[in-house]
Amino acid sequence: MIEQITILLVVIPLVFAPITALFKNNTAAWSITFLVCLVCFSISLYMMLDVIDGKHVIYELGGWRPPWGIEYKIDALNAFIALIVSGIASITCLYAKHSVAREIHNDTIPLFYAAFQLCLLGLLGIALTGDIFNLFVFLEISSLSTYALISMGKNRKALTAAFSYLVLGTIGATFFLIGVGFLYAASGSLNTADIAVRFDTFADLQLVETALIFMVLGIALKAAIFPLHSWLPNAYGYAPSAISVFLSATATKVSIYVLYRILFDLYPIQYWVEMLLPQILLSLGCVAVIYGSYRAWQQIEMKRLLAFSSVAQIGYMIIGLALINQNGLTASIMHLFNHAVIKSTLFMGAGILLYRANTTDLGSLRGLGAEMPWTFAAIVIAGLSLIGVPGTVGFITKWYLLQSAVESGQWIVVVTVVVGSVLAVLYVWKIVESLYFNTKRKLHIQHVESGDSKISTTPATMAIALWIGAGLCIFFGLNTELSFDAATTAALSLLNQQG
Amino acid sequence: MIEYFIGHVNYWLIVAVMMVGLYTLMSRSNLIKKLAGLAVFQTAVILFYVSLGKIDGGTVPIVADGYVLYSNPLPQVLMLTAIVVGVATTALGFALVIRIKEAYDSVEENEIAEMDAKE
Repeated sequence: MIEQITILLVVIPLVFAPITALFKNNTAAWSITFLVCLVCFSISLYMMLDVIDGKHVIYELGGWRPPWGIEYKIDALNAFIALIVSGIASITCLYAKHSVAREIHNDTIPLFYAAFQLCLLGLLGIALTGDIFNLFVFLEISSLSTYALISMGKNRKALTAAFSYLVLGTIGATFFLIGVGFLYAASGSLNTADIAVRFDTFADLQLVETALIFMVLGIALKAAIFPLHSWLPNAYGYAPSAISVFLSATATKVSIYVLYRILFDLYPIQYWVEMLLPQILLSLGCVAVIYGSYRAWQQIEMKRLLAFSSVAQIGYMIIGLALINQNGLTASIMHLFNHAVIKSTLFMGAGILLYRANTTDLGSLRGLGAEMPWTFAAIVIAGLSLIGVPGTVGFITKWYLLQSAVESGQWIVVVTVVVGSVLAVLYVWKIVESLYFNTKRKLHIQHVESGDSKISTTPATMAIALWIGAGLCIFFGLNTELSFDAATTAALSLLNQQG
Repeated sequence: MIEYFIGHVNYWLIVAVMMVGLYTLMSRSNLIKKLAGLAVFQTAVILFYVSLGKIDGGTVPIVADGYVLYSNPLPQVLMLTAIVVGVATTALGFALVIRIKEAYDSVEENEIAEMDAKE
């Protein structure tokens, strides 16, 4: 039964996306999308509870036996990623209704939701599939819909941001494709499990090493690992608010998940340790944390600030991965979840500001905190999580990351985490300062009819979505059971796979 | 050495095509030319896959008397999907260029960057 259900995660959005595109009615399009997200979320949750103890669920597409057919192999890690993606999609969709109605042209709203579902489909597909070529296809499905979604931003800079993301994203995906080709030439197989089992028989070929480099480079571009992050700040900064929320929480995370799969499942750990890859990734991660946080501190526009902070947070995930031990990997996987929750909350906050004040410029938002206390309270909670204050989700990851760094004697990581946290305090303070402590300034609200009462209230759905996010920041900071269990099982299975 | 070179001549040519694409992509500031470079770059990878499956004297993969050596059909099948992806990417890219042209009245990257900097 559970085997059959897994494929529905991909099939449901695939079927409903074109149906949504046919609708002319915006509310109907939204309702369908919301329903699809909720169904996907329930399926992922059901799947997660089934595999959390380390079990596998295998589904063979069309009944073809792997390695010939495509297989979906669900373990704790896949299910966890699918849960993050579909959960964030549900929250985003709840949030999107009014935000999208304000930011996107009326005629294109059903198309927007159709593209949103396709993006969800691609990301879920990447999480579930056990076939590397199939993974490439899903990667492109999600990327193509992402380019379209980003370009729908209000500012014309969204167009150039989407274009440069299209160019870089396609180069990344094509690099990945070259890597897959090399690996296929060496192994004659596209099934991850099959390649891993027979790895020793072709490990001596030069081709295999080149394949790894191409795949890691391609995915690093998609995951915006420093120094390949140049597309990210503009793309997240100018995308429609709902899309910033969704992408910041899922797109890069899923790419990092692919990196786990390549490094821990496809290749033996020993193989890439000899290539000095952990050292390279560790240094890049450390630089990313410092550089991203520093650039975030310099920004004067909230969405761009948050985008640069994402570059830094991706650094933490890479550091955790590169430490290659149980705690580090657990921290890294948990941070996928924690950062998704934190960053989506912050972007939702920024989106509400954009909705109400029509700007996210920190200078023009001065003193608005007094007028919108609840929105700002949620932003502050998420901001504290980003810094890593005890009692919030951010603390949990940093704690495990530090433990792991001390365990393996990587003092540079300890220094980086501390410096990164200090810089995080600075840039979060920057938001808090301008919102709470600066004297109020009269807002110049443009493109809104005068006397429009909408400007003075936050729509209930947006506020609910924001507070779900803020609530999760605290809930999973105090009650770490679900995220910790899932991350530990996933980390264990990644590390022990090769015995 | 010479034999190695000639034996892999298809791969050398493919690498050359790939680099032409990548160079065009990076060196041109015209967005349409950039997309053309991107398309050439993707096409090189498609050629690479197709030439992977080819064997000298290989036939189509059918089970019948007299057919022993056959070319691997799988890379070609994979490339059907990759071609679709490539077409979709290029189409989306052109759509974006049209929108950029409408919004900026230019398709030159440096001019657009100047306009963005002024805002």
